[in-house]
Amino acid sequence: MGPGLDRGEGLSTAATHGRRRLQLGLLLSAPVGWLVVAYLGSLAVLFVAAFWQLDSFSGQIVHSWTTSNFETLINGDVYRTIVFRTVGIAAAVTVTCALLSFPIAFYMAKVATPRVRNVLVVAVLLPLWSSYLVKVYAWRTILNENGILNWLLDPFGLSGPGFGLVATWLVFTYLWLPFMILPVYAGFERIPNSLLDASGDLGASAWRTFRTVILPLVFPSVVAGSIFTFSLTLGDYITPSLVSSSQFIGNVVYSNVGVANNLPLAAAFATVPVIVMIGYLIGARRLGAFDSL
Amino acid sequence: MHLSNGSRWFLRLGTAFTLLFIYFPIAVIVLYAFNSSRIQTWPIPGLTLDWFEKAANNPGLRDALWTSTQAALGATAIAMVLGSLAAYAVARYRFFGRETISFLVILPIALPGIVTGMALNSTFTQVLGIDLTLFTIIVGHATFCIVVVYNNVVARLRRTSVSFEEASADLGASGLRTFWLVTFPQLRSALIAGALLAFALSFDEVIVTTFTAGDGETLPIWILNNLSRPRNLPIVNVAGVVVILLSMIPVYLAHRLTADPVASGR
Repeated sequence: MGPGLDRGEGLSTAATHGRRRLQLGLLLSAPVGWLVVAYLGSLAVLFVAAFWQLDSFSGQIVHSWTTSNFETLINGDVYRTIVFRTVGIAAAVTVTCALLSFPIAFYMAKVATPRVRNVLVVAVLLPLWSSYLVKVYAWRTILNENGILNWLLDPFGLSGPGFGLVATWLVFTYLWLPFMILPVYAGFERIPNSLLDASGDLGASAWRTFRTVILPLVFPSVVAGSIFTFSLTLGDYITPSLVSSSQFIGNVVYSNVGVANNLPLAAAFATVPVIVMIGYLIGARRLGAFDSL
Repeated sequence: MHLSNGSRWFLRLGTAFTLLFIYFPIAVIVLYAFNSSRIQTWPIPGLTLDWFEKAANNPGLRDALWTSTQAALGATAIAMVLGSLAAYAVARYRFFGRETISFLVILPIALPGIVTGMALNSTFTQVLGIDLTLFTIIVGHATFCIVVVYNNVVARLRRTSVSFEEASADLGASGLRTFWLVTFPQLRSALIAGALLAFALSFDEVIVTTFTAGDGETLPIWILNNLSRPRNLPIVNVAGVVVILLSMIPVYLAHRLTADPVASGR
């Protein structure tokens, strides 16, 4: 059987072979053409633009080859701080999402009746890809000085975190939590009950079973979920700008495209999250996370 | 499975806490949409439906809603065609580079939104020299919507047997007739689910859109631009409720259409 043939072994003649290759070509030309031309092409343009330069007098982009943007970024302490802050918050958000997702994901996979499980899956799925901006705005209203959080905490003599880094961490955690719960839930579902019962029968406490049996088995799923929590945090500039005054990679990129009109510098800085994500994906692949997606 | 009472209660409390965390902010914004005061403070003094009427008559909001609808419909249409073509090729043919197709389709959503947005922006403005319009919004949205249609259709094609299509061909039906009478009916609900998800994804997107929209305002961008105008916040709340409904209902319907009845216990 030649390449390009999937079925019809008995009928495999040169004519059907050729026809199937033609069909395949027709099927793939539009989607692959779109993604390669519109998307990969654009990514290539972005990469090339990182080596262009802004003429400081005319404000025009000069299409000549220079590494000065990368030099600016490497030598600028501000940029380094921003990269560390962004990656740091992405890591903190990932850990928090993992911790919050364990109880509910385990409950869904192992404890809940099929009916309750179905309701919970829908409850987690609904906010996954919906109303991103409204959710950030909702937190702005909640964390506001006269908002509901301070009103709830006031009787205890406490007050909310207000706007800042803590608020950014909280809102990111909130936004990406469903992206972590779903793979972790799938991971728990794949663990056979007999393993957990065996651990209990051999006298392990619930905590010990969790630490030595469950956690190693579900870890690849956590890494799979963390691809989303990490990538989404690295590329976001709207959340930080709405609930804090700190600068993140996204804010710098956005303000250089818009306000400063320095597209080459923005393009150079935008390569940072791409490089971080590529490194992250390679690491995740080694940990077996791709089989858990 | 045996669980101690303590563990059981810990899991229940943890589940309740996470659910509360997920839905509390959404409930707050829905409640604020009925706030009788113009000022966004808690507790709210009373309830009113006035803002819904004001929102319905706000020209900026109506334009944004219309732009978003057009963009979502355009992007969904393109994503439907490209996503199902790619899915059919990957699920029914064997060829060199098949794995790469799945990767290529996922890439626009796996890379940070700001990278996708910037890349498209530099291509439109620097290389092609075209103005940012509804068309550029649709191109951007279609690019990252392909994946949801693709995923749904591929999953369905993998679950349906090729033998029906072969039987149809053996009985003398042409390729097109087989597709129309055998393959398509099996794919229908997966296609609708993919379209609904693509619509929701496009309707809600804001980061890529800020780079591809130019002066046009989609609904999320209208919300973003009006957050800094305290006078408009009551209407923003209403717009928020509209976005919540228009993005959650399609996701729910899509789930109902694709949920495996055995696995979901119905």
